[in-house]
Amino acid sequence: MTNTAPLGTLPKAPTGISGLDEVTGGGLPRGRPTLVCGPAGCGKTLLAMEFLVRGITEFGEPGVFVAFEESAEDLTANVASLGFDLRQMQADGRLVLDQINVFDGQMEDAGEWDLDGLFLRLGAAIDEVGATRVVIDTIETLFGAFADTVTLRFEIGRLFGWLKARGVTAVITGERGAGTLTRYGIEEYVSDCVIVLDHRVTEQTSTRRLRILKYRGSLHGTNEYPFLIGDTGMSVLPITSAGLQHEVSTERVSTGVGRLDSMLGDGGFYKGSTVLINGTAGTGKSTLAAQFCDATCRSGQRAMYLAFEESETQIVRNMSSVGIGLQQWIDAGLLQFRCSRPSLLGLEAHLFAIQRFVGEFDPAVVVMDPVSDLLRIGTGADVSAMLTRQVDYLKARGVTTLFTNLVSEWVTAPADEQITSLVDTSILVKTMEGNGELNRVLYVTKSRGMAHSNQIREFLLTDQGIELADVYVGPQGVLTGSARQVQEAQERTDTTARLEGLEQRRVGLETRREAVEAQTAALWREFEDEADVVGRLLSHASTGVEDRAGQRAEQGRLRRADTDRPENGS
Amino acid sequence: MTRFAETSVAEEADLWHLRLYVAGQSPKSLRAFANLTELCDEHLAGHYEIEVIDLVDKPALARADDILAIPTLVRRLPAPLRKIIGDLSNTERVLVGLRIEPRSTP
Repeated sequence: MTNTAPLGTLPKAPTGISGLDEVTGGGLPRGRPTLVCGPAGCGKTLLAMEFLVRGITEFGEPGVFVAFEESAEDLTANVASLGFDLRQMQADGRLVLDQINVFDGQMEDAGEWDLDGLFLRLGAAIDEVGATRVVIDTIETLFGAFADTVTLRFEIGRLFGWLKARGVTAVITGERGAGTLTRYGIEEYVSDCVIVLDHRVTEQTSTRRLRILKYRGSLHGTNEYPFLIGDTGMSVLPITSAGLQHEVSTERVSTGVGRLDSMLGDGGFYKGSTVLINGTAGTGKSTLAAQFCDATCRSGQRAMYLAFEESETQIVRNMSSVGIGLQQWIDAGLLQFRCSRPSLLGLEAHLFAIQRFVGEFDPAVVVMDPVSDLLRIGTGADVSAMLTRQVDYLKARGVTTLFTNLVSEWVTAPADEQITSLVDTSILVKTMEGNGELNRVLYVTKSRGMAHSNQIREFLLTDQGIELADVYVGPQGVLTGSARQVQEAQERTDTTARLEGLEQRRVGLETRREAVEAQTAALWREFEDEADVVGRLLSHASTGVEDRAGQRAEQGRLRRADTDRPENGS
Repeated sequence: MTRFAETSVAEEADLWHLRLYVAGQSPKSLRAFANLTELCDEHLAGHYEIEVIDLVDKPALARADDILAIPTLVRRLPAPLRKIIGDLSNTERVLVGLRIEPRSTP
């Protein structure tokens, strides 16, 4: 933060109030009056006081606080809880706390007057400490003291001119009127910067908001920004203040469920990523979250579980029934529960509280179970804005965050879409009805930067925590639970039957082979018999020939015929 | 018409202590002082003392009586404290403010 602005831009006085300088682009207009207005109890005085105190403690700018409403003692006591030691600052000559008691009842008005008394008094106070910042809280109190409002208005207009001429950066507070920014319309005298504070109650939960209505000569955020009054002062929460400049990690953290790690492409979630577990009622979202905490603690890192529905003991008991022992980690100081009903605090107060817890405990993992409960205390846009800031904050710290989100079976609220776009990994756990039962299935619907599985897994809660099983995907669709078991049994039966059929055919074939072999043997026998017969017949036939040759030779001899034929056989 | 608890003029109050806050020699301040002395001479002759405080010289003194408007006349005595603002040109309102019953009233 610098007190000198480049040429051509309006010089600004940083307020030092967390977030406000971002929204105003550097602070309030230097050397000019700023009007801060809003209803009673919205934090006007605190904003003004913090502007002054931070000016003294952080920017070396002494200040004057003119209090028309509260006594100096009350003011000192009220801000002491924020760590502002007004007495010390006064003793150090850096702060003048000037309490002006407007006379009880009206003063008698007997002729022309002006507010030179106030001017001189203020001038003296400014000179006393060399103040460059002035707060006037609340100038409209004067309207109760002076009957001649025409003169008073003129004098207040003159006061603003005078403050400008003195070159002090001034904050003037005003109470909101009916239909006007301030009860007496003093906004018409302050043309440089107007900040409107509001304190709205939506569904029994109050949220303070801040808006820069006007900032002449400067760019400024035009939204309504929620703000908180915490232990260390005011804190405006612009959505963009955390930014998107956080470091990313390629390191993986195990989900605690082995098969889920594999579904996410080897290893689990990215460290510092944001995970959303969507699921219908009773699908085991919390169990998944608890198992993740368990795995984190097992690896020796700290986890924080923010529960909005159940108490710590209830969660510990329920998780032990599925074999997830959380008590050991609580005892070891690795796991911390923060259980509160969301309606106890406003949304912004929640955010603030969470950031403080995280700051104190410094966990590696934060679980918020369930974020949908926050929807009860704010509109979708509010919750989404809050979560955006939460995500930015946690990412900047490298904390892996797991949100659970209760969704209804078929309806996806627009807010859910907004939440989904925030997160890096989104897992859907739902029940599938069929065969007279409800079974849980799990999908990874989105996972940035991971080659995640597109498969549906059956999600089983066992005595040893969560297990994922393959679902049966067949001609009848996705089957889970007993239907899956039946299908598996059916498949087994079918296989057996098929095997039996084959065996039968094999046996049949064997039989046939035997038959064939028998037949072949019979044929062979037949053939051999015939061959034998033929052999014998042939043998007989040759004997006959010899006999006939012998006879012819005998006849020849007898007939004296010469013959040179060799004798055949013998 | 005007009846006050402290209507008795000079007799009951031994001394009227009036303090007039002014800012330098501004016309309003000068007029106020002139109007005040005239009025006191008429109604409180011999019973009053006027202290003039110039806040230009001693601005810190403005805190003592919580002075915002100039000129402001403060009746310090008799008690209770009363304040009248303006250049005191409206004599009737000054008398009402100081709880002095005008002598002209029968």
